[in-house]
Amino acid sequence: MIYSEKVMEHFQNPRNVGVIPDADGVGEVGNPVCGDMMTFYIKVKDNQLVDIKFQTFGCGAAIAVSSMVSEMAMGKTLEEAEQITNKSVAEKLGGLPKNKLHCSNLGADALHKAIEDYRQKQSAAQKEKAKETTEAAASEEGCCCPYCEGPLEDLESYCTKCQVELEECPECGKLTNKHEEKCAHCGAEIAKQ
Amino acid sequence: MYLDHIAATPLHPKALEAMLPYLKENFGNPQSLHSAGQEALSAVEEAREKVASLVNASESEIIFTSSGSESNNFVLKGMALALRDKGKHMVLSAIEHQSILQSAKSLEKLGFQFSSVPVDKYGLVNPEDVKRAITKETVLVSVMLANSEVGTIEPVAEIAKVCHSTNVLFHTDAVAAVGNIPVDIKQLGVDALSLAGDQFYGPKGSAALFLKKGTRLFPFIDGGIQEGGRRAGTENVAGIVGLGKAAEMAKIELENRIQKIKPLRDRLIERFPQKVERLFLTGHPGKRLPHHASFVVEFIEGEGMLLNLDMKGIAVSSGSACTSRALKASHVLLAMGFDHALAQGSIVFSLIEEITPEDIEYLLEVFPPIIERLRKMSPLYTKYLEEKKK
Repeated sequence: MIYSEKVMEHFQNPRNVGVIPDADGVGEVGNPVCGDMMTFYIKVKDNQLVDIKFQTFGCGAAIAVSSMVSEMAMGKTLEEAEQITNKSVAEKLGGLPKNKLHCSNLGADALHKAIEDYRQKQSAAQKEKAKETTEAAASEEGCCCPYCEGPLEDLESYCTKCQVELEECPECGKLTNKHEEKCAHCGAEIAKQ
Repeated sequence: MYLDHIAATPLHPKALEAMLPYLKENFGNPQSLHSAGQEALSAVEEAREKVASLVNASESEIIFTSSGSESNNFVLKGMALALRDKGKHMVLSAIEHQSILQSAKSLEKLGFQFSSVPVDKYGLVNPEDVKRAITKETVLVSVMLANSEVGTIEPVAEIAKVCHSTNVLFHTDAVAAVGNIPVDIKQLGVDALSLAGDQFYGPKGSAALFLKKGTRLFPFIDGGIQEGGRRAGTENVAGIVGLGKAAEMAKIELENRIQKIKPLRDRLIERFPQKVERLFLTGHPGKRLPHHASFVVEFIEGEGMLLNLDMKGIAVSSGSACTSRALKASHVLLAMGFDHALAQGSIVFSLIEEITPEDIEYLLEVFPPIIERLRKMSPLYTKYLEEKKK
């Protein structure tokens, strides 16, 4: 056999294979041209990796590497997981054949990408949240164009930003395009004069 | 269960039996004048006759070598050097063995030029393409008789005709074919042909090059007068004797072997695509080696299949990048138009004589669950299932 016992053991019984549909972060590395492809899914709670799943297209080494990475990172904090290197994974597996060290040993990269994805989503969510709060505040005051979300100076008549004439929908009371036949919010037909 | 004929066949018991005396008491050097030497010499010459007879050549046209790769190197480099005043151009197919392709690469560095002829989706070379590739500078065309990775048998007789109509020599790498299908150098009309013992129950390290009488070839190993002075060095007597015996047995047993193996092979080709979705035969469905069944399995990679089958006691080959030392996708499958991802799922079953119908049923039973298991791990398969839902 070309692989160590540890590699074969992980290849035969890979840990944490699968997909997390509502993952907090997803990381994908490789492509079929170079022979190996890995996708990592993570769930994060209180800065900790509470669940990890992976899918791998590739040789025995690639599958064993993914399995080992998922095992090494499980339960770790994000910062700890970021310390895992491709090299440390190969060492944990009792070594990999020389020619597989580069192409198949991408598990740590895939995990780091998933963490990066999680962090990006986090900061995007925070921005979104901040935006929602301002929007909520704005809509309470009733001074927001429903199309471009720009502020309306002259209430319920014309948005200067996206140049739409507005009127109040008789059904739901929200602002909608005066020249559309249906309300953008509730879909009610608006009688044209 | 051994299904890797294309890598090596077991040694025929009769070949082993014939070899043993030359590994023990009959250790003489065929070039010695004493009885011990002369005994070895007559064993070598007897083997030469048997190998010649297998391909319908005369014994003076057989040069013993150490491997199919050596035969291929020998003919390309030997002809390039011998015919360099005539021209420096050769034509090859895109799916030749590495021993041909790499020899060409080396020769390119020395100023020789090569044209590559494409293949169709079955791996077949079109003789018309060969005709178009031949120039006034062309001295040799080399197209293999059968491809070991996809099993396709090339229209070599027609290609030979094209070559001779333009006065160009023709070599065929018949390593995968000789001893497994009937091969007759006169019917094929070839000027040179490579064959190897370990492809038809002979020993490793024992192969040959057929070279038509009167064909020029630059020596490969300089030294003594062995092999007509073109390949010096003390003969591998036991190996040559084993090759000779294997050739003799192939001639006797070939039809029976084909009759036994082909229906088993056909069952694999028929059943696997029925049992597993997105699994495709590679190579030509009809024009193929009788012991050869090769497939690509979409969404997974060959080495995983190979290792899993090995754990079930089944030895097979794959042409995937991961299973090759160079970690490159098979040039054969790429030349046939497969994309990289699909070429990664290459798996080759090549049957040996010992395989039984029970073996084949066992393989048909254990292989689909292995594919399923690997697909469950594959991100490509997950994507495929999602697309299918839409």
